[in-house]
Amino acid sequence: MSTRLYVPNDATAIACGADRVARKLNDALAARGQSMDIVRNGSRGLFWLEPLVEIDTPAGRVGYGPVKPSDVDSLVEAGLFEGKTDHPLCVGLVEEIPYLKKQTRLTFARCGIIDPLSLIEYKNLGGYRGLAKAIEIGPSATVEQVFESGLRGRGGAGFPTGIKWRTVAAAPADQRYIVCNADEGDSGTFADRLIMEADPFCLIEGMTIAGLAVGATKGFVYCRSEYPLSLEVMNKAIEIARANGLLGKNVLGSQYDFDMEMRMGAGAYVCGEETALLDSLEGKRGVVRAKPPLPAHKGLFGQPTVINNLISLATVPVILDKGGAFYRDFGMGRSRGTMPIQIAGNVKYGGIFETAFGISLGELVNDIGGGTASGRPVRAVQAGGPLGAYLPVHQFDTPFDYEAFAAKDALIGHGGIVVFDDTVDMAHMARFAMEFCSHESCGKCTPCRIGSTRGVETLDKIIAGTKRDANLAILTDLCQTMKLGSLCALGGFTPYPVLSALTHFPEDFGATPKLPVAAE
Amino acid sequence: MAGYEPWSEIRAQEIITAHRHMDGATMPILHAVQEAFGFVPDLVVPLIAENLNLSRAEVHGVVTFYHDFRREPAGRHVIKLCAAEACQSMGADKLTRYAEERLGIEMGETSADGRVTLEPIYCLGLCACAPSAMIDGRLVGRLDEETIDELVAETNR
Ligand SMILES: Cc1cc2nc3c(=O)[nH]c(=O)nc-3n(C[C@H](O)[C@H](O)[C@H](O)COP(=O)(O)O)c2cc1C
Ligand code: SF4
Ligand code: FES
Repeated sequence: MSTRLYVPNDATAIACGADRVARKLNDALAARGQSMDIVRNGSRGLFWLEPLVEIDTPAGRVGYGPVKPSDVDSLVEAGLFEGKTDHPLCVGLVEEIPYLKKQTRLTFARCGIIDPLSLIEYKNLGGYRGLAKAIEIGPSATVEQVFESGLRGRGGAGFPTGIKWRTVAAAPADQRYIVCNADEGDSGTFADRLIMEADPFCLIEGMTIAGLAVGATKGFVYCRSEYPLSLEVMNKAIEIARANGLLGKNVLGSQYDFDMEMRMGAGAYVCGEETALLDSLEGKRGVVRAKPPLPAHKGLFGQPTVINNLISLATVPVILDKGGAFYRDFGMGRSRGTMPIQIAGNVKYGGIFETAFGISLGELVNDIGGGTASGRPVRAVQAGGPLGAYLPVHQFDTPFDYEAFAAKDALIGHGGIVVFDDTVDMAHMARFAMEFCSHESCGKCTPCRIGSTRGVETLDKIIAGTKRDANLAILTDLCQTMKLGSLCALGGFTPYPVLSALTHFPEDFGATPKLPVAAE
Repeated sequence: MAGYEPWSEIRAQEIITAHRHMDGATMPILHAVQEAFGFVPDLVVPLIAENLNLSRAEVHGVVTFYHDFRREPAGRHVIKLCAAEACQSMGADKLTRYAEERLGIEMGETSADGRVTLEPIYCLGLCACAPSAMIDGRLVGRLDEETIDELVAETNR
């Protein structure tokens, strides 16, 4: 087998020039009469290093990054094809990079290592052992393994996945569905995307296990249209799985049938909300449904439906393979297992950091993330997407844990954290939160639809210095109304980024700053 | 830049027929229609309604709900600049103003010569390499004024 050279086929890597890098490497090989396999692996999730080119060496895979197309010549000169480590872009053995080494990769164990569309490589690294186990122990024991693992939904609400599955399994029906929520609309998140592009069979296996567990024979992945590459890779992987008896009738030679297909969203953030998503899948406007009935009882086309975030589903194979107890032993309190934390925004080392719950926000931002990309002081972090609170530096001791965040009126959400330096204008960010809500509101409830528009207007007045105190009172009141009177978290949680900005950064709203809170 | 087909009812019917059997076929049909014609022409609405046994109002409601569906053709090139938080933290607002100046249009507008449309997009999942953009379906990360200049040049080709 010839030596393998790896250039990620990942949206971030490609956006930073990976395709051109691959072409230039190919040309350089041809010019030297050398032959190597250029494997388009997925990303390891160390995005600040993308495009990260790797080469097999006897000692392990040596990496170079971030490689621009214009760097290829000098890299080749410096012995990239021989795995030499002299070039300034060389990062040494990839597995030894502290950012990667410090992680606990359970869900993302294979990302970046394998060719995403190679079933053999997937199986060599533990793939389809989870499904084999599920087939061996049967549906109800499979649900109980997931319950025992303590896995909570990674889409935001943190609802125990095992309980959801039990409910669907117990609901009488001829047809049940598995729906994967891959709408991933939160700014600062890309974990779903990474799985789809780097390890698509992991999602296919997870959904198949879910189908077996609850008696569903059909699955849909609702993927946002902003992820064209994810859609392409997933569609290819589904074809391969079908051709290999891993989807369709009698999966893996068992008595269970399961098949699935990809569906594309159309740029509506609210379609990440599970009931709006179901309506969208049915071909309707993505309007939020009132609950009850729960999707577990009456979901897609009125049938009992498991709707889970992509990461919840992609975590199921490792849980089945290694056992619920193995997974549960990671984490803290009621937050069990690992979370792929997505470090983004104005940060030096942005990427995926999968780790057990309990790590502090400050460690993530400063130690792992390396502080800001701009080199300026960190001022705030928005955790959990556009509906999540802004946390000031003095709250950086908060451990990454559902309950600890909730205690600070903050949210983990899908695990994204967006870092801002001291040039950020928090009144502007508060205004953006309201504007985003009015842009994305499904229109069903007045506090969300009209309230967010009024919120923007009121913030404009505050920013302009018009009757500031009176308008601040109106804003606070409005936020209260939105919290209490909204059907879903779009209207109900938009007040969190707004009020947290106001509470922690009053000086940006023209108010006299509060006495400085005790130093961190 | 994608070359789109001119409107044809026969072609539209073909697209609908190819997707009609799907559960919840409306969205896949609308996406396919837009991929073929570059937008969702009003003329297709009654056709979809009839084929799927829906009312025109229902189909119209779907077309207008989703930000992705265009009811008029866009410019020959489409630049989408990410306007979400992570990109803002890296100066997306300033870059947007720069792009607007360079193109002589504002966000949401198409140039008078039909050459280019500039639009916001809310997150491309490239938030660790912000700010980011999409031009004619191609992703661009680590955007700065220089890369904006390159994108603008691309629209002149
Ligand atoms: C406005 C809004 C947007 C949401 N967006 C997403 C999303 O993009 N992805 C996701 O998995 N969950 C999203 N959710 C949460 C879902 O409603 C739901 O809780 C989740 O899909 C359940 O799966 P889980 O239990 O595996 O987390 C969103 C909720 C709201 C209110
Ligand atoms: S809160 Fe907003 S998005 Fe949610 S159901 Fe009400 S109007 Fe729709
Ligand atoms: S916020 Fe711009 S790519 Fe995610």
